Amino acid sequence: MAHTEHTPVVRALYLDDDVVLDAVKDLRGKGIKVKEVYSPFPIHGLDKAMGLKETRIAMAAFMYGLIGLTVAILITSYMMNLDWPQNIGGKPSMTWGKNMPAFVPIMFELTVFFAAHLMVWTFMIINKLYPGAAPQNPDPRTTDHHFMIEVAAGEGVLDALKATGAIEIAEA
Amino acid sequence: MFVFTKKAKLFAMTLTLVGLVMMVIGFNTSGHEAESHDAHATEMHATETHAEHAEEAHVAHAEEAHDEAMDAPHAEEAEAAHAEHGAEAHGEEAHADGHGGHEDHGAANRPWSAFLVNTIFFLGIGIGTLFFLAIQYAAQAGWSAGILRVMESVALFVGIPLLGMLFLAITGNMDMHHIWHWMQDGIMDETSPNYDAIIAGKEGYLNDTFFTLRTVAYLVIWAGAAFLLRRNSLKEDALPEGQTMFFTQRKLAATFIVLYAVTSSTSAWDWIMSIDTHWFSTLFGWYTFAGMFVTALTVLNVLVMYLRVNNYLPWVNDNHQHDLGKFMFAFSVFWTYLWFSQYMLIWYSNIPEETPYYLARFGEYKTLFITMLVLNFIMPVLVLMSRDSKRIMGFILMAAVFVLAGHWMDHYIMIMPGSVGYHYGFGWVEIGGFLFYAGLLLYVVQRNLAAAPLRMKNHALIHESKLFHQ
Repeated sequence: MAHTEHTPVVRALYLDDDVVLDAVKDLRGKGIKVKEVYSPFPIHGLDKAMGLKETRIAMAAFMYGLIGLTVAILITSYMMNLDWPQNIGGKPSMTWGKNMPAFVPIMFELTVFFAAHLMVWTFMIINKLYPGAAPQNPDPRTTDHHFMIEVAAGEGVLDALKATGAIEIAEA
Repeated sequence: MFVFTKKAKLFAMTLTLVGLVMMVIGFNTSGHEAESHDAHATEMHATETHAEHAEEAHVAHAEEAHDEAMDAPHAEEAEAAHAEHGAEAHGEEAHADGHGGHEDHGAANRPWSAFLVNTIFFLGIGIGTLFFLAIQYAAQAGWSAGILRVMESVALFVGIPLLGMLFLAITGNMDMHHIWHWMQDGIMDETSPNYDAIIAGKEGYLNDTFFTLRTVAYLVIWAGAAFLLRRNSLKEDALPEGQTMFFTQRKLAATFIVLYAVTSSTSAWDWIMSIDTHWFSTLFGWYTFAGMFVTALTVLNVLVMYLRVNNYLPWVNDNHQHDLGKFMFAFSVFWTYLWFSQYMLIWYSNIPEETPYYLARFGEYKTLFITMLVLNFIMPVLVLMSRDSKRIMGFILMAAVFVLAGHWMDHYIMIMPGSVGYHYGFGWVEIGGFLFYAGLLLYVVQRNLAAAPLRMKNHALIHESKLFHQ
């Protein structure tokens, strides 16, 4: 999200995830706004330390699941009962309700399919990670063995970053 | 340190006594009730289920004529609903009069069956917790180390319902009841009017001696594992600081899990599946186990919550509780998965050896059956799906009530149709048996909780458990 804003930022590199976690707590304690943290892997507890809003992806996933369930019900009733009625397991009842047990696996799979796929796509679009999106990582080293904290530029920020144990500090 | 107060002791003992008195009343009244009920009930039932199943059979066979082939599944259905196992259904000789044995025993079986339902339900709480405890050691789980003492306390309860099972097995062998149809006199004797060729074919496994022996074996293995795990855990506390018995415990737990993998299935066949002696299902053992396990996890979750609220477990935080909630949710879904796997294959293949089981349950027991499914699947899914709800006491308690009620009903529906048929009900014996075991459970668990510190001193992973977070 850094590219959408044009306020000046300061970037500090670290070598250890525990140091980063402490640094974020320390900086926020001093009233400095931590805009973003780049890390090669997820750091436990970082979302809380950064004060990020709770994700709403769970609610989205639930909705997507319901959509999947609806689609499953519609396609099974269309394919198996309306368009070309099928004799299922020697029980030609020809209604969706009476054949429902046979459709449960489809309902289950499509619920999971829709929830999982749409959730991933939602996540990627919200975080601008879709195919073709401009890379947002300011320093490729953070994909390997470095960690980066990005804070809003301001008075005393450089000293505060140094105090947290940053190995490299750059203004941008 | 947990304190087992006098008040709590009195409460638990009162529950047990009240339950015992209610059961005695139930045992003494069940006979009369049956006689007045019997005559017209049989008649009504016959026409009712006949009509219903006939309709279903028509649907299944569509416009086809009522040829001879129709008669086989037809008779089979009626038979299941009445739990009478008429030999005529199998195209052998007609024993219409001589073979009504099981049905006649229906009313007399009722108090015994009700006791079996409660025994299995509470056995599930004990054995499920014991299995969960064993998993923690075998998997070297760190998060749960802080609540192992709670698990031990519940797991030790397993011996009591097992004794109840032994009591039922022995009284069954003495012909005091006929919950298990194959225990009937002469059923495996070719010259007897009660002879049933299919059941006689199962004699090698289903016979009085082997049945009792197996029940004793379960008692020894399960209660023994609970006892040993607890003994070592207490021993560990007495060791000098830094020494642990973790690997001893782990070996013990792994051994128990291997034995339980076999005995969980065979015990389910013995105690529950053999009630419907003709019928069989290959995943019945797992299905029963899943129900027992989720019951146990629910009880554990509620118990841990109770102890936390009363400040006995300061080292347990919301994240531990959340994980227990996840287990509750996951195994409710797992139970549903197995229930459905068993049901759908039988529904789909639609063969007369298998369908009677569900025809009986969709006939007489339909309301209970549907309610049970809603309670065991839809309610836990809706209540526990969201992350936050697993961290809120009210939601967990609500889900716990649904799951416990649902699985009690599930066991009821597994046992009652085959053993009492339409003589089922909810009265003195059902409630009495529940209170009896509930009182014993409360007493045993609280006594065990009070017997040792709730925090293990030398457990190898206790520190990890304290730091557990998300």
